[in-house]
Amino acid sequence: MNATMFSALAPILMLSLTAVVLMIQASIKRDQSVAWVITAVGFLLTLWSASYARDFIQPVTILLEVDHWSLFFTSLILMASLVTLVLSKETFSSEGERKEEYYLLLVLSVLGAVVLIQSSHMVSLLLGMELMGVALYAMIAFPERGQLPLEGAVKYLVLSACASAMLLYGFALIYAATGELSYAGIGARAALAYAENPMLMMAGSAMVLAGIGFKLSVAPFHMWTPDVYEGAPTPVTGFLATVSKSAVFVALSRFYIDGALYQFSGLNTALVVLAIASMLVGNWLALRQKNIKRLLAYSSIAHFGYLLVVLIALTYLEADLVSQSITFYLTAYIVTTLAAFTIVSMVAGEDTAKQNISAFAGLFWSRPLEASALTVAMLSLAGIPLTAGFMAKFFVITVGIQSGLWGLLAVLVIASAIAIYYYLRIIFAMTQSAQSSGNSANWQEKLAAIVLMASILALGSWPQPFIAYAGLL
Amino acid sequence: MVMINLILILLIGGLLAMLSERISDTMPRKVAMVVVLTDLVYLLLCLSGMPEITQLQAPVANDPSTWLMHFKTDWIPAFGISIELALDGISLLMVLLTLILGAIAISASWTDIVVRKGFFEANLLWSLAGVLGVFMALDLMLFFLFWEVMLIPMYFMIAIWGHENRGYAAMKFFIFTQASGLLMLMSILALVAVNQSATGIWTFSYFDLLNTQMTEQAAHWIMLGFFIAFVVKLPGFPFHTWLPDAHTQAPTAGSVILAGILLKTGAYGLIRFAVPLFPEAALDFSSAAMWLGAAGVVYGAVLAFGQTDFKRLIAYSSVSHMGFVLLGIYAWNELALQGAVMQMVAHGFSTAALFMIAGSLQERLHTRDMREMSGLWQQMPRMGAVAMFFVVASLGLPGLGNFVAEFLVLLGLFQVNIWITVVAATGLITGAAYSLLLMQRSFQGQANQKWVDSGLVDFGTREMLTMAVMIVALIFLGIYPQPVLDAAQPVLQSLLNLTTSPTVAIVEVM
Repeated sequence: MNATMFSALAPILMLSLTAVVLMIQASIKRDQSVAWVITAVGFLLTLWSASYARDFIQPVTILLEVDHWSLFFTSLILMASLVTLVLSKETFSSEGERKEEYYLLLVLSVLGAVVLIQSSHMVSLLLGMELMGVALYAMIAFPERGQLPLEGAVKYLVLSACASAMLLYGFALIYAATGELSYAGIGARAALAYAENPMLMMAGSAMVLAGIGFKLSVAPFHMWTPDVYEGAPTPVTGFLATVSKSAVFVALSRFYIDGALYQFSGLNTALVVLAIASMLVGNWLALRQKNIKRLLAYSSIAHFGYLLVVLIALTYLEADLVSQSITFYLTAYIVTTLAAFTIVSMVAGEDTAKQNISAFAGLFWSRPLEASALTVAMLSLAGIPLTAGFMAKFFVITVGIQSGLWGLLAVLVIASAIAIYYYLRIIFAMTQSAQSSGNSANWQEKLAAIVLMASILALGSWPQPFIAYAGLL
Repeated sequence: MVMINLILILLIGGLLAMLSERISDTMPRKVAMVVVLTDLVYLLLCLSGMPEITQLQAPVANDPSTWLMHFKTDWIPAFGISIELALDGISLLMVLLTLILGAIAISASWTDIVVRKGFFEANLLWSLAGVLGVFMALDLMLFFLFWEVMLIPMYFMIAIWGHENRGYAAMKFFIFTQASGLLMLMSILALVAVNQSATGIWTFSYFDLLNTQMTEQAAHWIMLGFFIAFVVKLPGFPFHTWLPDAHTQAPTAGSVILAGILLKTGAYGLIRFAVPLFPEAALDFSSAAMWLGAAGVVYGAVLAFGQTDFKRLIAYSSVSHMGFVLLGIYAWNELALQGAVMQMVAHGFSTAALFMIAGSLQERLHTRDMREMSGLWQQMPRMGAVAMFFVVASLGLPGLGNFVAEFLVLLGLFQVNIWITVVAATGLITGAAYSLLLMQRSFQGQANQKWVDSGLVDFGTREMLTMAVMIVALIFLGIYPQPVLDAAQPVLQSLLNLTTSPTVAIVEVM
């Protein structure tokens, strides 16, 4: 380790420092607003350090790979975490004695996500995933009252543990086949290992895929998603849906690209099955949902199905276009999903009755700002032009066409057509006349909503600067 | 820049109309009317500086410099997507139709809309802006964008101000058009990818893509994607099922825009894109398309005959009339194409007027059920006379625009396929049947005592003025169609040249 390596690690160090400061603060004087400010400052400093680290990109030991791509996603999830932080203030101020811990958990979870994004080794992959996950269990179960959070947390905990076990066993098998734990090492030896013992390599990578698939909640590993989404406090749901899932997907793509796993047709077939199942199951089950958080849960299942198409295309295309597409899609997904959860949090808060879609009736007339932002978010999720979601879908279809994945694209079109129905239901509900008395929102939340809405529209209507930027990563 | 300004005026005007509701309740409709008329006057002023439309040189379809107007600037250069707008004779006709019918739609909304007037007029203007974009965009991505985006304000118009079953109708409308739009997006991207692999350049420009070389199989599939998207919008049989619901449930102004303008975007797309981009494939497909058109003519007419809902009857008659457009396009000779263009314009006026009459009836009677109407002429003679005029126009009375259109289509079609012509011609007879049935049931016969007692109000000055515009237009189109034909002729000729140009022959040899 030399000095430049520490500079490259600046985001991770800064987050760890924030966690330490938070613990010290809690031992001196318990105060939620101080903890909130410390976390916010910590996130902002980390954001700055991520751009600082850009001058020092290098592999840091064999565990972490600090490059432009991972630093971009580090910044992205930090921004998402800042939004989560803004939403959390209102949500958790009604909690009892021990609300400072929430911020500590949030920081630790973000730290885990950053490690996950920068990982280039199975050990750091597992470390990041567990750190992020363990903090999330507690965040989901954080509200003292009500059974739903507890139910969600237990479900997530038990199933996560299963997934981690699968993942570990998969690692063991891959190690047995290749004798390597780093992605690059696996990539270099994968073909040879496969020739020697195809079963070992295939079983190993399939188990890794299943473990990661669980975290991404792609079908058929999606069972936990709606309950956890519904049970978790809304800001935490937003965090889970964006930061946690994107970090895992980034890790998966690095593993897939650097580990050269795309060369195995068996694994590709497995991904095709996962993608098709996710697109259809996610959209199909979303149709009848009444709770908007459950609906968004199924919608996110479908979105990761679309995104898997890009990974499948890796077999046929060079990695540049693929990683560019992943960058754009994840950015669009994070911004859009976060916008949706911000509005849900502003309008419905933690009240399950208000999370019902019918409770959104009349929002256009009573709270035009929130309704417009939610409309833009829904149109973006549905992939209507001028929104970020459309450009994201444009990338997926372009990549799919160039790889000749016609069957997958046909499923994508059918799935997207189904999806329009439930996104429109929310918009339709908001246009109808009804009295709705939502929670009042503070100015930070309003600002977050406006910024997110503007970003969705900007990414959709003038994507050139971002595409150019993503192409350089 | 003229074309950008045309769209911007409507977009900003919509915003102004929405804000003007704060000044006074009646302000939005006035603002909206001023905005549309400004747009129209602006376009005419710009055109007056150009050579007479009748003396236009025949433009070359794949050379933008021969077009009336052309504008291009980069948008997403990474994928070769640009903001490219152009105007030729057909686009010009459609743009004029859009703006005139837009003004008529605002007039139709004058007293019809009672809540959230500002937002309504804004949506109306925004959907007009989208339609203008569709008629002028020549970058395929930009075209797709306008194609999709014009639906959102339309969706709001149906969902917020529609009638009793608006939720269902709005949803069905949106899903049908979006799903078919996705097919079109796939086709566009596939076409661009084929072109990119051949030339190494990403481009979405119509002018560059016109000469894309592709295998026969690829051309067939890609063409089919475009065809379905456009035929859903047209709507052609069997993709028409969204139309009766959407038209019936939409507020009057919404129906006017839907039937008068939005349907024409489908026909325009076929003429501009689906055939010229894939001349070979379109030729192979033409007889199937013509049979679909003939089926639409007959099926729409038969269903229209069975309706009891005033608006639904008109909606099904649109299916029948748009069948003629499909026939005219796929017959692909000059006469038939002239007829199709003529039908697009004439049908725009006649249906818009009929929907306005339906809206006025609903406003007065609070029902659209023809079984409840009877002998309305006695109390509302002016409305009755106007309705009579548009009913006979719609059934194709010689001397009015629709007759010219349908006659030209049949004449052109006869040279291509006699049997289809025979089937399609029966549409004229059934058309007469349902049109007259509409008239008899609602305006003629014994006056219903309920309405005599309630004292109905006849058309006022504003309504008569609006109707007069459309009556004059239809008579003009009927007895002196030459200006429309002249405006369209050079464009159609260039498109015909394109499909028989040497490049096609080369592909055949290869």
